[in-house]
Amino acid sequence: MAYSNKAKEFYGTELTGIKNNGLLKEERFIKSPQRANIKVEYPVGSETKEVLNFCANNYLGLSSHPEVIAAAHKGLDERGFGLSSVRFICGTQDIHDELEKKLSEFLKMEDTILFPSCMEANAALFDVTLDKEDAMISDRLVHASIVDGMRLCKAQLFNYKHSNMEHLEEKLQETQSCRFRMIITDGVFSMDGDIAKLDKICDLADKYDAIVMVDDSHSTGFMGKNGRGTHEHCGVMDRVDVITTTLGKAMGGATGGCVSGPKEIVGMCRQRARPYLFSNTVPPAIVAASIKIIDMISKNNERRDKLEANALYFREEIKKRGLDIKEGTHPIVPVMLYNAKLAQNMAKDLYAEGIYVIGFFFPVVAQGQARIRVQISADHEREHLDKAINAFAKVGEKYKILGKKKDEIIAMYGL
Amino acid sequence: MADDMKKLITDYVKREYLDEDSDQEIDENTPLISSGIVDSFSMVSLKTFLEKKFEIKIPDDKATPQAFDTVNNIIKLVGEFKKGV
Repeated sequence: MAYSNKAKEFYGTELTGIKNNGLLKEERFIKSPQRANIKVEYPVGSETKEVLNFCANNYLGLSSHPEVIAAAHKGLDERGFGLSSVRFICGTQDIHDELEKKLSEFLKMEDTILFPSCMEANAALFDVTLDKEDAMISDRLVHASIVDGMRLCKAQLFNYKHSNMEHLEEKLQETQSCRFRMIITDGVFSMDGDIAKLDKICDLADKYDAIVMVDDSHSTGFMGKNGRGTHEHCGVMDRVDVITTTLGKAMGGATGGCVSGPKEIVGMCRQRARPYLFSNTVPPAIVAASIKIIDMISKNNERRDKLEANALYFREEIKKRGLDIKEGTHPIVPVMLYNAKLAQNMAKDLYAEGIYVIGFFFPVVAQGQARIRVQISADHEREHLDKAINAFAKVGEKYKILGKKKDEIIAMYGL
Repeated sequence: MADDMKKLITDYVKREYLDEDSDQEIDENTPLISSGIVDSFSMVSLKTFLEKKFEIKIPDDKATPQAFDTVNNIIKLVGEFKKGV
């Protein structure tokens, strides 16, 4: 055994440093299915508490929907638990092909390839499609999985200020001599819930002959009139070239992701994407449930519309009660607190009130941008939303931040 | 020469990393990376800028967050690779 005291001490010191800096991530044990009201054991060893969940990506409330669970059971019964293989050896069933076709149809893209997660789709895409003579031009606030994916790729890396189209244009001008340029953005940015300016991005892509890639993980299933994503929401359905997205959020929330786009790019992924070639296939139960979910949301917009109404209601009411939120329409609602300790303390007090939310602060968000990120679901009923709004008002009153704007909160609590 | 370089790098950092409406002041000793003005991901474009502007190659193992943390540190780093500075 070569795990020396030296190594033990080193890792132990690192962990202590993380804890002392207030950056330790703790797991909370949920003892119920994922849904609006959950049972949680937190801290570990304490009595189980029923709380309302306002921090899941369960946008459409499908994570524990009976029809989804039934479809997963059917998939399990008819196609088994696992395939003990990667896709290209003996890990592709007819239902994998069916799901890929359904995703292409739903997203209105030419072709689709499944990955075990969107993290892996993002790890694969750039490396497979771009090389040294190419440029990746990315928004500065893209998801960490895109950053990691770009790090795995040999293409030159450029990034532009968040949603700043003039800066993007500068980068496109700087990279005119490259063979291919890919503009890379999230469709919805996960910390602020703001939407990429895809119409303007597509205009610039046309002007400078660049490929447009969008990670639509926080959009697929509910953004746009039919829930197809930000390309539908922004009116650029036929102008976004490549979409990566996840089945792990609105689309049932289990796992799985995909690259969807031109058949050549999908074909290249199928031949060369290492996370595809060397990861196990998505399990049959998840594939079967995902097919069911696409059928459900293609036939009926009810859950999407309820989510939209819930988000609008929560945003309006929480503002009326004097909380400072980032404006927008998305079910991600950042309640701005600016100070990290304040965000942590308020999240703790909200938990005591039966509202499960998390404080986010540097380095997850920029320095001085600490907030509680509230996530609304179609699973929330009006009384759930009202309970959360009242709890925010009560806790906000305790910290005397109601009606206060950024400068006043910073003056009271510092950055 | 050193003052020219200081101005050049400071102006680039302001233009490249600060929003137009930002009232943040940046001088040669302002922490850039540790304060979050420049994140480790965006540091790549700063490195590319320095390499093009001063016709140098900064090895990856020298492009540390510490070496990029202030304009003064950056000037020192560039000086290591650029003769005559």
